[in-house]
Amino acid sequence: MSDNVVVEEKPVDTVAIMNQLPGADIVGQSPLHHAELDALSKKGVRKGGVHLRENKLQAHLTLRCNPNNTEQLAAVVRVLDVALPLQPLTSVEKGDVSIRWISPDEWLIVVPGEKAFEVETRFREEMEGHHSLVNSSGGSTILELSGDNVVDMLKKSTPIDLHPKEFPVGKVVSTVFAKSSAIIRRTGDKRFELVIRRSFADYIWLWIQDASREFGLVIEA
Amino acid sequence: MFHIYCPHCGEYREEEEFHAKGQAHIARPLDPEACSDKEWGEYLFFRKNPRGLHHELWVHAAGCRKFFNVTRDTQTYEIKEVYKIGEQPSFVTEE
Repeated sequence: MSDNVVVEEKPVDTVAIMNQLPGADIVGQSPLHHAELDALSKKGVRKGGVHLRENKLQAHLTLRCNPNNTEQLAAVVRVLDVALPLQPLTSVEKGDVSIRWISPDEWLIVVPGEKAFEVETRFREEMEGHHSLVNSSGGSTILELSGDNVVDMLKKSTPIDLHPKEFPVGKVVSTVFAKSSAIIRRTGDKRFELVIRRSFADYIWLWIQDASREFGLVIEA
Repeated sequence: MFHIYCPHCGEYREEEEFHAKGQAHIARPLDPEACSDKEWGEYLFFRKNPRGLHHELWVHAAGCRKFFNVTRDTQTYEIKEVYKIGEQPSFVTEE
């Protein structure tokens, strides 16, 4: 066999775009499908210090681009109708689009699941230059936590300072959560949103049940 | 536990979010082929182990996942400064 393998030159501007949503006849399952949160929400307790709701089957798009490139920033506004949060640890939300600052050149965009393909396609049309947009919807899910004791429960799970002075509404941090990691965003005074890994979803679900036991956990549909 | 300032996130975080990545400012030889075995071996394997100021590479592994440098006193564990990749430390030992 020859050592010299001729690699066929392919045009570099070809990007594989795929609609990851299957047809309507296939039901999407969240990483917490087995926990049957919908059923639990109907028969569980109605009062408690911590409320949990899974915001499932959203489209998670990881965007990496140059924050100093004004043309790329303008392209994001054209696609999403909202500008990237350039200030570290901040987020923006407009309608059903929310963007979290992850790192100086990385953002997590969440849109409704059925919009993923449309947004991705629009990005390919509008964005120019060195950038990357990855659909990581299948890799994570979102938990919404609220209630009077939500901060007490989170304090058991993460080293982040959750005092309103240090952690105002809209702030977003990527950090350790229990023995896993989470992207934590404050969406209200007593309301938080966790973006967690698919493979750790069950572990965190069990962790939250345990950590909330003393306050009472209410499952919302 | 260290309380480390991440220059990219712009705030202090707990040490468990970070990983130490060893000695900082190790430049890869521009022409590895021209290195002697000694030079290459020292680049690859030999690290400083000072008692006192040490320049280290850290990564904010659970946060923004960016690398940055830390000047730390290995004797007192005090972190003297944190600076981004490409910048030079202001605390240096006189040798």
